[in-house]
Amino acid sequence: MTTVLAPVAHLGRMTLAMLASLGRVALFAMLTISHLFRPPFYLKEFAQALMTIGYFSLPVVGMTALFTGGALALQIYAGGARFNAESVVPSIVAIGMTRELGPVLGGLMVAARVASSIAAEIGTMKVTEQIDALVTLSTHPMKYLTVPRVLAATLAVPVLVGVGDIIGIMGGYLVGITRLDFNSATFLRNTIEFLEAWDVGSGLVKGAVFGFVVALMGCYYGMNSERGAQGVGRATKSAVVAASVMILATNYILTELFFTS
Amino acid sequence: MITMKDIHKAFGQNRVLRGVNLVVPKGKSMVIIGGSGTGKSILLKCILGLVNPDSGVITVAGEDVTHTDRDVLLSRFGMLFQGGALFDSLPVWHNVAFRLLRGKAALPRAEARAVAIEKLRRVGLKPDVADLFPAELSGGMQKRVGLARAIAAEPEIIFFDEPTTGLDPIMSGVINDLIREIVVEMGATAMTITHDMTSVRAIADEVAMLHDGIIQWTGPIGDMDASPDPYLQQFIHGRAKGPIEAVR
Repeated sequence: MTTVLAPVAHLGRMTLAMLASLGRVALFAMLTISHLFRPPFYLKEFAQALMTIGYFSLPVVGMTALFTGGALALQIYAGGARFNAESVVPSIVAIGMTRELGPVLGGLMVAARVASSIAAEIGTMKVTEQIDALVTLSTHPMKYLTVPRVLAATLAVPVLVGVGDIIGIMGGYLVGITRLDFNSATFLRNTIEFLEAWDVGSGLVKGAVFGFVVALMGCYYGMNSERGAQGVGRATKSAVVAASVMILATNYILTELFFTS
Repeated sequence: MITMKDIHKAFGQNRVLRGVNLVVPKGKSMVIIGGSGTGKSILLKCILGLVNPDSGVITVAGEDVTHTDRDVLLSRFGMLFQGGALFDSLPVWHNVAFRLLRGKAALPRAEARAVAIEKLRRVGLKPDVADLFPAELSGGMQKRVGLARAIAAEPEIIFFDEPTTGLDPIMSGVINDLIREIVVEMGATAMTITHDMTSVRAIADEVAMLHDGIIQWTGPIGDMDASPDPYLQQFIHGRAKGPIEAVR
């Protein structure tokens, strides 16, 4: 009987562990939000995080958006040709980039680049006792390490998404006029005419949520890193995986909220 | 100055501290010795509030540390960590002046830098080290920077966690002398954890041996060699045979 029930017991343990982990992340998130509004504020650390997370992520987000926009134009043209709807390419590229691909791919690229580096940095600080040193120097690690990064990512990722949207549409435009024989003026007119403010706005809101998630996961796994190189490696991997999954999950929830009513 | 009454701490099934009682008098240098994994660092972390004891009372200058404002309590302490624990992303002077640049009594940047350079000089480092980053320093230099950081705000109590681990004998001697000089000069209360018996003899006024989660022996450094305690004798002479199991 015990052997028969062993897989069920294992599943139960895994579910409980997952729920406990979700609870810890939720508590960590609430603690971070509460510290956002309580001094002291570390403006220099915030500015540094803004540069690292925002400015230095621009090339990778831009390249991703450029190629995605180009590939999207080719795919929509090929698909649309089946029912003589090639003319929808500009509007679908614009809507697809601003609502979905810009924020999601931008968020995932930032997750790969930023969640990993935050988790590795804070994890290393933990195992080398730098976090304990911060405490003994009367500095709250949450305020000094987590809050500036989470705030910077929440503000920087929407900007990255906005820039990525423009570059992605530009990628579609370049492919459209060079490979698909679109007229430049027609392509631009169709893009502008069909695009609504909320298409862009919803993507920017998603970007803010994804930025929050990415930095939060990096900080959470870094702060909870186990000892040694293996512990830091595991924290880094977990941060990227958790951030990526949470981006996709919150993207679905936000899309339901924004577009199904 | 610091009193610990019946301190217990367990991690799962592992009962690290099983009723530690210890008094560190004001202005004295207490050295805690004991084998690896006996909970010496945990004891220091309990005093600092980095680890919460399961039971027992710790007081600093008569105040229970669990009921004292954390920032006020920590402002009385300086700590030298085993690996230095210097902040990689900050230059040396900023590491040393870290506390001076924060809080209600924060100094202007130029003034804090001047204090940092003075403290670096005190531990035998030249001013040009101030603008280097910790990764550019040798192990001995990092320890000295850690020491400068520990004394920068002139604390009443200084903790040293294995200050000579990983250093050659000459550098260990330099660090031991510095610790002794600084503690005497500042009139600070000091608590040091070490395995290094040369350090014990150089730094200690009082010695306490932690074994099996309790203070096995404590007394003035002058009484240590004459003590009949078999645990203490085995440890200070580094004997493989005795009441302390060599394989733990």
